[in-house]
Amino acid sequence: MGFLSYLINGISLGSVYAIIALGYTMVYGIAKMLNFAHGDVIMIGAYVVLTAITGGINPLVAVLISMVVCTVLGMTIEKVAYKPLRNAASPLAVLITAIGISYLLQNIALIVFGAAPKSFPDFIKVPALKLAGGELVISGVAMVTIGACVVIVVALTFFVNRTKQGRAMKAVSEDKGAAQLMGINVNATISLTFAIGSALAAIAGVLLCAAYPSVTPYTGAMPGIKAFTAAVFGGIGSIPGAMIGGILLGVIEIFGKAYISSQVADAIVFSVLIIVLLVKPTGLFGKNIQEKV
Amino acid sequence: MKNKKRLLSAALVAVMLVAVVAGCGKKDSGDSSSSEGSETFKIGGIGPLTGPAAVYGIAVQNGADLAVKEINEAGGINGKQVEFKMEDDTHDAEKAVNAYNTLKDWGMQMLMGTVTSDPCIAVEAEAEADNMFLITPSGTAVDCIKGGNAFRLCFSDPTQGIKAAEYIGEHGVGKKIGVIYDSSSSYSKGIYENFAKEADNHDLEVVAAEAFTADSNKDFTVQLKKIKDAGADVVFLPIYYDETALILKQAKDMEFDTTFFGCDGLDGLLSVEGFDTSLAEGVMLLTPFAANAEDELTKKFVADFDAAYSQTPIQFAADGYDAIYAIKAAAEEGGITPDMSASDICDALVTSMTKIELKGLTGTISWADDGEPDKEPKAAIIEGGEYVMK
Amino acid sequence: MKKKIFKNNMITYALIIAFYIVMQVMITTGSISSLLQGLLVPLCMYAIAAVSLNLVVGFSGELSLGHAGFMCIGAYASAIFSRVTEDSLPDLPRFLIAILIGALVAGVFGFLIGIPVLRLRGDYLAIVTLAFGEIIKNLFNVLSLGKDNEGLHVSFNDAAVMELGEGGEKIVDGALGITGTPRDSSFTIGIILLLLTVFIVVNLVNSRTGRAITAIRDNRIAAESIGLNVTKYKLMAFTISTTLAGVAGVLYAHNLSSLTVKLFNYNTSILILVFVVLGGIGNVRGSIIAAIVLTALPELLRGMANYRMLIYALLLIVMMLFNWAPAAIHFRERIKSKFSKKQEVV
Repeated sequence: MGFLSYLINGISLGSVYAIIALGYTMVYGIAKMLNFAHGDVIMIGAYVVLTAITGGINPLVAVLISMVVCTVLGMTIEKVAYKPLRNAASPLAVLITAIGISYLLQNIALIVFGAAPKSFPDFIKVPALKLAGGELVISGVAMVTIGACVVIVVALTFFVNRTKQGRAMKAVSEDKGAAQLMGINVNATISLTFAIGSALAAIAGVLLCAAYPSVTPYTGAMPGIKAFTAAVFGGIGSIPGAMIGGILLGVIEIFGKAYISSQVADAIVFSVLIIVLLVKPTGLFGKNIQEKV
Repeated sequence: MKNKKRLLSAALVAVMLVAVVAGCGKKDSGDSSSSEGSETFKIGGIGPLTGPAAVYGIAVQNGADLAVKEINEAGGINGKQVEFKMEDDTHDAEKAVNAYNTLKDWGMQMLMGTVTSDPCIAVEAEAEADNMFLITPSGTAVDCIKGGNAFRLCFSDPTQGIKAAEYIGEHGVGKKIGVIYDSSSSYSKGIYENFAKEADNHDLEVVAAEAFTADSNKDFTVQLKKIKDAGADVVFLPIYYDETALILKQAKDMEFDTTFFGCDGLDGLLSVEGFDTSLAEGVMLLTPFAANAEDELTKKFVADFDAAYSQTPIQFAADGYDAIYAIKAAAEEGGITPDMSASDICDALVTSMTKIELKGLTGTISWADDGEPDKEPKAAIIEGGEYVMK
Repeated sequence: MKKKIFKNNMITYALIIAFYIVMQVMITTGSISSLLQGLLVPLCMYAIAAVSLNLVVGFSGELSLGHAGFMCIGAYASAIFSRVTEDSLPDLPRFLIAILIGALVAGVFGFLIGIPVLRLRGDYLAIVTLAFGEIIKNLFNVLSLGKDNEGLHVSFNDAAVMELGEGGEKIVDGALGITGTPRDSSFTIGIILLLLTVFIVVNLVNSRTGRAITAIRDNRIAAESIGLNVTKYKLMAFTISTTLAGVAGVLYAHNLSSLTVKLFNYNTSILILVFVVLGGIGNVRGSIIAAIVLTALPELLRGMANYRMLIYALLLIVMMLFNWAPAAIHFRERIKSKFSKKQEVV
């Protein structure tokens, strides 16, 4: 029974990582950049929802507002800070700017919302599922998170493969130059990717803070890094990879704590990651691109 | 053309470097060496004002600011006004030393800081070399006050761990103890270690001790389940209140009904914005300060604090407030004046600190030669969303 | 070509030495602020870290996000040595040995980690180095080490209270780290180590080996096809880089009396990467200048109180755009060409 219960905990934690990792992987697939500010957009999304709900707005409307705010924020960041560097001499330049944006968002939040942790309202009113006579408990938030995760993966997969804009995204990610020649508006496509990625960040922020109800200006930072790890784990750029990677990461973290040692849980997670990458250098679902002369 | 470009970039670089050096050097033109003829006392403060530990630093700053304002309105120390300046250390030892040096350039005569332990150890070494008086409001590690110039306002880690074990043992709170501690925090680990050592003396058994780190401080279900399976009847939490809020929620979700027992880090739990206080029902904590205590001093402090910052003060704010008043009491006892050098002030205060008795927010405190405070811990239990003193 | 490189290197050395002399003059005349004086050793340390990372990022073309982990290893190894031999060795030789130990241990770890890891490319290498940095941090966090009359005791279980015999003393105490390390670091030693680092890196880069390393960076397959041993050269650059990072760690450990793993997280690794990229990838002098400017900047902004780190972040973004955006570079070229035209007229 212990094993099953840990597994369920692992999946709940992992689904939160997964939903953050989806945003990372979307942006990476198209823009080929590690958007280090993603975790902080999540934090902003959470604060917006918190402020809206405290202001008496219906939770669902609050989530929509937050998605709009994050989308605008994400697109603005892309326009102001990333786009000018898209053709820079080194891809590292935009990575560093993303770090600058991350510091900036954290410090804005620190000034606007203060340093004290705020408790997140418990607005997801799904009752917990109890199995095996109360031995196994699956919390409502976990079910919602997993559900949301699956829905998003299916929707994104459909979008990327079946719609015009989605296919344009795929084309841009394969070859920017060729895509442009085919009449695809590369700038608009990248902008759209950031918009979707940021809207996902808002949802991730809500679910992260619903599962672990405490918000500070630094809430997004560490889950961001873990989700980034999860995205790489699953093969960065791959949508199902991000979900599987996230859930696996959560399960490994919980099992590491449960069966090996709670003191070195972080080391265990990262060790598994390294081993996986050494065996499969592009992650679980990553494409292995053969280099040619 | 190429050469010109290089010349230009070299010139740009030179300008940048000069700006940096000049900027750093400039502050020196102030009154670093002596404050002769000065009419005000200059008290410096150091703590994390940005970064993940900012909440503690800002609380101390607010508490101290309030104390300084009160003192100045009441005529100052020995008739002289007090200036207080707090510098940010982002909870990092190196930045804390930078902050210390900045304050020295400003003309600091006494130091109230640092707020957190690891930076405090680094700053204390600097302050000892300079013979600068130091009182840490909340640095709990033993080494924070290694030097003869340093005093502490709060309990040290060993004291807290030992008193917690004593209290649980003597009041029969429980016999089988589970612990959740933060292995990446010296505060948490320090209390836990000393608690574990002392537990034997009170016939307590630590049945499970589970760690977490600052990098994975969201999910505690595993730690809770292990403790539950080990049959613990008390869970000891030598950690801070933000993680505690999550632990209480997760314990409730897994229907783990037990007594939670914490130290001073738990104070502030009830004032987390939006926190469902029913989760904290029955939580016990050893804390020198509770915001709803009935004495006049606390009542006034809480009201003033709320008026100034529109929030309920946490224990760190009370520590900052008391630390400033401790400096005031010692300064009056030692009869220091603002025109004395920092080193002379330190010599005078070190002697007078051991003579004073401060009736502060965090108890009636007197100090021993080694800089440790002597005060009684108070135990509180949370009932109906309020701290009730035991 | 050779002459140009030589001249360029001389400028770097001259700038460092000039910086040293100016600071020394300011110290002896007492016109230096406490803040600046306290910053001197950290500036050297960050400059060394940046130059060493540049070897990997700039010349070898690999993205490493675990540099702070190697600094951590160097710092801990040397600090443990200094604490153990505190009473038995005189200050200067002990510190010199400590530097060697820190460098060596960090180098050995770099070598061992490099063997499997350098097979990965680009962002995958970045994430693995980041992971190693976090593992190192996590393990040091639970490390306890004590000495008593029977010798050294090591424990990786911080839940257990270490029982030490007679004359027992804790040297490493889990999250509290190492306290009371002798404070041997000085500005002079820092500058000497920085000069040494620059010397090693620029000589390596301009040697046969260095050309092989950059050839691999520019075109791996072409380099392989002319018979260059890719793994060997990459590993060499990585090991030297981690060795030098260890030296930076030693300077840090012996500058403050409190050493914890907190500093050595991914944020610091990223910060050092920021120095390298802002200073110009593959530009040694740029790394040093960026390290100095960005370390001093938050201190200069102290007057801004709460807005300090906000302004720092903004300045970082603006500097990056100014330095790297093609549009900004184009704009600068135009200004420069106008500038030089005017010069010619005059």
